[in-house]
Amino acid sequence: MPLSSEPSWLNCEVSTGTTIMAVEFEGGVVIGSDSRVSAGQSVVNRVMNKLSRLHDNVYCALSGSAADAQAVADIVDYQLDLHSIAMGRLPLVRSAANMVKDISYKYKEELVAHLIVAGWDKRCGGQVFGTLGGLLIRQPFAVGGSGSTYIYGYVDATYRPGMSKEDCLQFTTNALSLAMGRDGSSGGVVYLVSITEKGTEEKVVLGNNLPQFFDDETQLV
Amino acid sequence: MAAAMAGEGATRLSYNHNLTPEWTRQEVSTGTTIMAVEFDGGVVMGADSRTTTGAYIANRVTDKLTQIHDQIFCCRSGSAADTQAIADAVTYQLGFHSIELDEAPLVQTAANLFKEMCYKYREELMAGIIVAGWDKRRGGQVYTVPMGGMMVRQPFSIGGSGSSYIYGFVDSSYKRGMSKEECLQFTANALSLAMERDGSSGGVVRLAAISESGVERRVILGNQLPKFASC
Repeated sequence: MPLSSEPSWLNCEVSTGTTIMAVEFEGGVVIGSDSRVSAGQSVVNRVMNKLSRLHDNVYCALSGSAADAQAVADIVDYQLDLHSIAMGRLPLVRSAANMVKDISYKYKEELVAHLIVAGWDKRCGGQVFGTLGGLLIRQPFAVGGSGSTYIYGYVDATYRPGMSKEDCLQFTTNALSLAMGRDGSSGGVVYLVSITEKGTEEKVVLGNNLPQFFDDETQLV
Repeated sequence: MAAAMAGEGATRLSYNHNLTPEWTRQEVSTGTTIMAVEFDGGVVMGADSRTTTGAYIANRVTDKLTQIHDQIFCCRSGSAADTQAIADAVTYQLGFHSIELDEAPLVQTAANLFKEMCYKYREELMAGIIVAGWDKRRGGQVYTVPMGGMMVRQPFSIGGSGSSYIYGFVDSSYKRGMSKEECLQFTANALSLAMERDGSSGGVVRLAAISESGVERRVILGNQLPKFASC
């Protein structure tokens, strides 16, 4: 006879277990995520969009504690709004990433969140920045979240410089699907956003349309 | 003066006077990435070559592919002491069994012996083992015996700390019906990618190809490892 009739997930921190990814290409970036939010062993949201708009030309992908990540993204959304009105132009991707980095570094002991910032600006084109732990680093591509460990080998082997936007969309979809297949905290659908000079384009790839990979189909013993 | 200081900073003083490095007090572990793949007619097995005690690399040319019988090998990951002890015990048991049978033992038998020991002593052991080889009943077979002591046959298997990083790569690259050469290339690629990302894996890639005709061993040295565009 259980002592408490309360489900365990009510007492667990809500986390975007997660796999997130962003890739630069000539003329823009592609940023993608899975859609699972877990509280302990329960999936509390299976369709969460973890790609958060920081400005028209800059998005960020959220991972770690859902609350912490959303809080940081909301603050930077506000700061960037002010900044771009004051400057009279679209913000630089590096400015957005810097703001995220400043908060992540200042509160690094309290926060458990990693945001990947990606976007396009006129000065440097498509850019992807990692902000893990409060550092700021520009990378050709970045992966993050609990599911990212399973795809380091895949992205290292598959990435080549000079991919087109379609190549990057396929690369990101494949990588996220592979991670979702192995990480219990990642799953659901794949959200994709591509950002170029012309603007942003959002896409969802539903579960049944995800690429299929080897799945241990034959149990031989 | 020493007595006066001792009271205030006693714990700090004793730490500063510890002259033995941290790594002498760490368990020796085969950090590791190991892998085995079945093909029609045999198996390919591979491993990195790094053994660590904490942050110190105790052996950078370790051979983690251990022969259990003429055409049965195992890949070892986890505690170096535990896996060596288990492998020695199974080698003895299998050798004895083979003499009784007057026949080459089955790969499944070897795998079962590993499983019995790893399950019975699961609380005390830290061992993740992949058993692979060739026998005339079922040809090339790969059995995985991870920590905890379950045993299952798989078309290919990866293990060790470095394996987490290559799940995506092997899931996307594996195809049924690969030839021996393709399996060797697949294994070398996967191990190189893992060694690049996992601090506990590195050194050289050791490979073994086992088939009806026997065992062929190869080493791929550091500078000859496959390179990828992102590195």
